[in-house]
Amino acid sequence: METRAVLQEVHEIWDNPSRIVPTLMLRTCNRLLVGATIGLVALVSGCASIDGVSESRLDLVKQRGELLCGVSGKIPGFSFLSAEGSYTGLDVDICRAMAAAFVGDAEKVQYRPLTAPERFTALRSGEIDLLSRNTTWTLSRDATGGNGLSFGPVVFHDGQGLMVPKESGIASLEDLSGKAICVGSGTTTEQNLNDTFAAEGIPYTPIKYQDLNQVVGGYLQGRCAAMTSDRSQLASARSGFADPEKHVILADRLSKEPLAPAVVGGDQTMADAMRWVVLALIEAEERGITQANVNEMVEQAQADAGQTSLRRFLGVDGALGSKLGLADDFVVQVIRATGNYGEIYDRHLGPSSPVSIPRGANRLAEDGGLMIAPPFT
Amino acid sequence: MRRRSLLLQVGIASLLLALLALLVNNLAVNLLRTGLGLDFGWLGRPSGFALAESALPYSPSDSYLWALTIGWLNSLKVIAAGLVLATLLGVAAGAARSSSNRLLRSVAGGYVALIRQVPLLLQLLFWYFVAFLGLPETPIGDLIRLSNQGISLLGVPLSVEFCAVLTGLTVFTGASIAEIVRGGVNAVPRGQWEAFRSLGLSEGLGLRRIVLPQALPAILPALTSQYLNLAKNSTLAIAVGYADLYAVSDTTITQTGRAIEGFLLLLISFLLLNLLISGGMAGINATVLGRLRRSR
Repeated sequence: METRAVLQEVHEIWDNPSRIVPTLMLRTCNRLLVGATIGLVALVSGCASIDGVSESRLDLVKQRGELLCGVSGKIPGFSFLSAEGSYTGLDVDICRAMAAAFVGDAEKVQYRPLTAPERFTALRSGEIDLLSRNTTWTLSRDATGGNGLSFGPVVFHDGQGLMVPKESGIASLEDLSGKAICVGSGTTTEQNLNDTFAAEGIPYTPIKYQDLNQVVGGYLQGRCAAMTSDRSQLASARSGFADPEKHVILADRLSKEPLAPAVVGGDQTMADAMRWVVLALIEAEERGITQANVNEMVEQAQADAGQTSLRRFLGVDGALGSKLGLADDFVVQVIRATGNYGEIYDRHLGPSSPVSIPRGANRLAEDGGLMIAPPFT
Repeated sequence: MRRRSLLLQVGIASLLLALLALLVNNLAVNLLRTGLGLDFGWLGRPSGFALAESALPYSPSDSYLWALTIGWLNSLKVIAAGLVLATLLGVAAGAARSSSNRLLRSVAGGYVALIRQVPLLLQLLFWYFVAFLGLPETPIGDLIRLSNQGISLLGVPLSVEFCAVLTGLTVFTGASIAEIVRGGVNAVPRGQWEAFRSLGLSEGLGLRRIVLPQALPAILPALTSQYLNLAKNSTLAIAVGYADLYAVSDTTITQTGRAIEGFLLLLISFLLLNLLISGGMAGINATVLGRLRRSR
């Protein structure tokens, strides 16, 4: 009986897309119903794609005037519900940058906290427009034969790392020779640890626990000289310690976990818009354009016709934004709202933030990192 | 009448066999469908992972089979030590509960009551994270050294993980054994107590020589179950970082992706171990009963 009612309602919603937002809003209080809806919408959207409906999700977002962004909500520094009840973090700022570019207002975002198993279904079923939830970009998630998503540029190069007490003076893998390292058992974490130390020929004693809480417990009690996990997890765990400043994460990376935002595959307009908003953040940092000086830079570009590439980037000349289906000055909107990539990073993960992670691979390519934007021409 | 019961038994037996065949067939079909067939070839490949402690020489270049053997020996080590210590603790506490000394009786009663109400996993976590990892560096003479990196008893180094698992299993199983011993002792007629007292034997001597031997037939079968429980409970060692068979299997399965083979090996190892324990106990039981019968 209930299923039939839901099915009927889903058909109604599907016939009238503008109703999706208010209806889904009402639903958040009823998780069971949401689950059923996701499943059914997924079914219906599967059928719809056969019919050849080719309107981009970007048009829907612009029409709605609001972005539905999927986040975790549980990872300090990436997406976390603050005491004031608003979401903050690097993943959240990516959502805000998208909203600034898509609808011209960074505050027009509705966040959906999602668990890891929920996230892809929520995206494919259309419950969210964009996923910005510390998701590792992998082949099977990208491929049509897999989860069928489109990934944007990497916004955080995560990877397995090692955390040590500052006073131990340990600074490199060699310093850990013969020492005990706390690790979660039965995960790729343990395997990466073995692979790295075996390749370097450094002996060590693994103390294996079954989950991260026990790893943290063993480490804090001084059983191990170091603990290992993904660097973002190490930093998040550390932000909960009584004395976080007494622990450091080593610069060595034991594995690669590139985290990137994603949209549904097969929608090039939406995927391109997402891709170039992230790239604009990186390009702005390369050019030294910040939240503080962006207006000044616009004036400078308008005044000096010789600054051709800056004029193009900021939308004074050319029509790069229009080609993406965005406003020509979308870069300016984005930087005004969130600042450039470096500013976002420093705000949430920088040395003065509670979750401090050395920038390492997330520095600009010109500084020896992996962040680089293709030309804005 | 007899024929009917025979038919019934044959029926039940064939039903069970059919069920077993169905399960095995299911497994085989599923394995074939996923393109996996049972394959134990990986056992000879180098494991590539280090272990925190090993009774025999081990390095990551040794085979998975050897890594699992080391894990099995680690399990065996903690189980064997646990059986001995839990028995001593249990018998002492059980005897104390039947003692005429009120203080001794209530201490033993408190121990049993407290330990039996708390899950073993929580107790292990307590022993490890609170008791052993909280140890400050304390040398007691030259023979005993305590620290949260390891304990050295008479020059024998023991890891804190081993000590935590051993203590947890001993204390937990000891409480159950105490109750079994008390039950067995209570089953001995009061007249036996009065008899040895009238002969002028002390309480301790009477308990050891007169009461406990007669209580054994009631104690042994229940004791066997506790021993088997201790062996099975040792798999909780992974929670406190002890490299037992289960922990090594866990890593092996993750690395090789051979979950079914890994679990089969685990299953067989524990089956063998427990058959060994219950076989040994059956032998002891028979000897004790035989002796008692002869002495009567």
